[in-house]
Amino acid sequence: MPEKIIESFNIKRLEVLDEKGDADASLMPPLSDDEIKKMYELLILSRTFDRYALNLQREGRLGTYASILGQEASQIGSAFAVENTDWIFPSFREMGVYLTAGFPPYKLFQYWSGDERGITPPDNLNIFPVCVPVGTQIPHATGAAMAAVYRGDKTAVLAYFGDGGTSKGDFHEGLNIAGVFRLPVIFICQNNQWAISVPRERQTASKTLAQKAMAYGFEGLQVDGNDIFAVYKATRDALKKARQGEGPTLIECFTYRMSDHTTADDATRYRSMEEVEQWKQKDPALRLKLFLEKKGLWTEAYQKKIEEESKTIIEDAVKKEEAIQPPQPKDMFTYTYEKLSQRQSRQIKDF
Amino acid sequence: MPTLNMVQALNLALREEMQRDQDVVLLGEDVGKDGGVFRITEGLHDLFGSRRVLDTPLSESGIAGVSIGMAVYGLKPVAEIQFMGFIYSAMEQLFCHAARIRSRSRGRFTCPIVIRTPYGAGIKAPELHEESAEALFCHMPGVKVVVPSTPYIAKGLLISSIRDPDPVIFLEPARLYRLIKEDVPEGEYTIPLGKARIVQEGNAVTVLAWGSMLQRVLQAAGAADCEIIDLMTLNPFDEETIFKSVKKTGRVVIVHEAPRTCGFGAELSASIAEDAMLYLKAPIIRVTGYDAVMPLAKLEDYYIPDVEKIKRAVNEVLKYY
Ligand SMILES: Cc1ncc(C[n+]2csc(CCOP(=O)(O)OP(=O)(O)O)c2C)c(N)n1
Ligand SMILES: [Mg+2]
Repeated sequence: MPEKIIESFNIKRLEVLDEKGDADASLMPPLSDDEIKKMYELLILSRTFDRYALNLQREGRLGTYASILGQEASQIGSAFAVENTDWIFPSFREMGVYLTAGFPPYKLFQYWSGDERGITPPDNLNIFPVCVPVGTQIPHATGAAMAAVYRGDKTAVLAYFGDGGTSKGDFHEGLNIAGVFRLPVIFICQNNQWAISVPRERQTASKTLAQKAMAYGFEGLQVDGNDIFAVYKATRDALKKARQGEGPTLIECFTYRMSDHTTADDATRYRSMEEVEQWKQKDPALRLKLFLEKKGLWTEAYQKKIEEESKTIIEDAVKKEEAIQPPQPKDMFTYTYEKLSQRQSRQIKDF
Repeated sequence: MPTLNMVQALNLALREEMQRDQDVVLLGEDVGKDGGVFRITEGLHDLFGSRRVLDTPLSESGIAGVSIGMAVYGLKPVAEIQFMGFIYSAMEQLFCHAARIRSRSRGRFTCPIVIRTPYGAGIKAPELHEESAEALFCHMPGVKVVVPSTPYIAKGLLISSIRDPDPVIFLEPARLYRLIKEDVPEGEYTIPLGKARIVQEGNAVTVLAWGSMLQRVLQAAGAADCEIIDLMTLNPFDEETIFKSVKKTGRVVIVHEAPRTCGFGAELSASIAEDAMLYLKAPIIRVTGYDAVMPLAKLEDYYIPDVEKIKRAVNEVLKYY
């Protein structure tokens, strides 16, 4: 019997906006000038948040913090496509996602300063608290999507994770179940090339992370993760597909972590400055700025204005956060169970 | 009133809760068409359809993780892990998420899941099908651990577990599934979580047990002047009922299948020592499995506490005045 090819696959890579700020008109998603400016403003806001967070940490006013520098297009481009009723399950490096979703920045500072109350989303947002154990949030997104289908809601669900996350068992289990039940969930992998000191090639021998979706029976594609239009388009298309009952999508955002892993890390121990320099050319903000400039939507004055506005928002947030009274020791007990246990009722008397 | 074994009682609880509440869904390996390997979910797939009774891939962490996602969205998933020996890959989901979502989100999200799983010895099954690892889950603040000991109790506890707003690990002693039958009423009744029950009142010795060991305790100490307490919920456990009894009897025997070191008996013993030491007339004795890997069927009976060992322990504490 002759051998036959019974399955084969191709992986697409989507790029819309190049480093010079030119967009491919045939691929450009429908976005008004105002929306594009809004994206740029969110990018500047996120970057400002990030800079302040790093500085506050250095001054001992914030705990360990994971910078998003370099990944803003992946985060804002994807979260910008989401509707208010959709659910988001982030990991720990998604401050751009939180801010785009409308999460108050003062609460994010509150969380990173070591106060759980900060990560409670406002009632109108379905964005889950930060997930620290890598990759374990992925099945939650699958489950929420399953519940949405059960309820007959048109809700879609986004899960965010890194290149390192794709090596975890929960990546497999979460994507596998999502594929079996064709659930409305979009898996956004920010491949920032590093998992602390471990390079992308050490996570998997696969050529791309996107192709892993093939094994689960749904589409995976790679996008230029520093290209906000490509990320937005891929997410928008995937959301549309999800809402039409056509199942999940894995989007690999090919990007780069410009900072140390966290404020507790020193990346010079394991990666070269040349590599970092090369990625500077691909800066997501610079690219969008050039695009806006070419369209006549960017001026020095505009830049100054939005930088000032971002600074004001973030400085106000820091002020607001630092005025919050610390949590009460009794609060440790309050949310373990709906009601205190017998033993907790005795232990809480320590405070 | 129907006379049911524990399998039928659990099945009835699931059926009634699913009829009562549209948000209750079942998921797990083989729980649908097959009705589960122990038939706990038998007939429910036919009754409620594949929308509410989901056959999942073989994926323990996935089952736990997906249940968590469903629960935070607003459903009340009841997941089956086929045997406790396979729950370990779901431990991360249970410890890192189910137990902590209420706390992490300061009450904005809750996780009302039930993870049902058969456990314990006595079914002549392959390796890892017979262990008792209940203590692992008792070290997870935020999770409740419930163990039924009879069909009637099983139904009431399962209904309470499904309605409980917090995650419940519901451990079903496989040995008891078909061992005893008793009257189990149709229609709703609940047995509160976090409360122990006094199965037999007595004045000389307090015997603490749960799940499958309760039957053996009744055989060993049913005729003596023993106060036999069925814990029913191990986490959080009912210390008030226990201390009250110990203060009355002054003698304690604790019985469990699990290995002794760091078994739940250790927690009980330490708690009694802290709170009721001055009432004790005798050392606290634990009758437990050994600190050895649980053997296969041929040696199993040497490992698990039997009626004789329990009797000996009771007689031992009675030597002290
Ligand atoms: C399960 C687990 N193992 C290890 C860690 C410690 N840790 C935190 S982040 C990280 C690397 C994650 O890499 P990746 O998934 O690529 O995300 P990135 O940090 O690049 O955003 C490690 C090893 C963890 N948080 N969780
Ligand atoms: Mg990474």
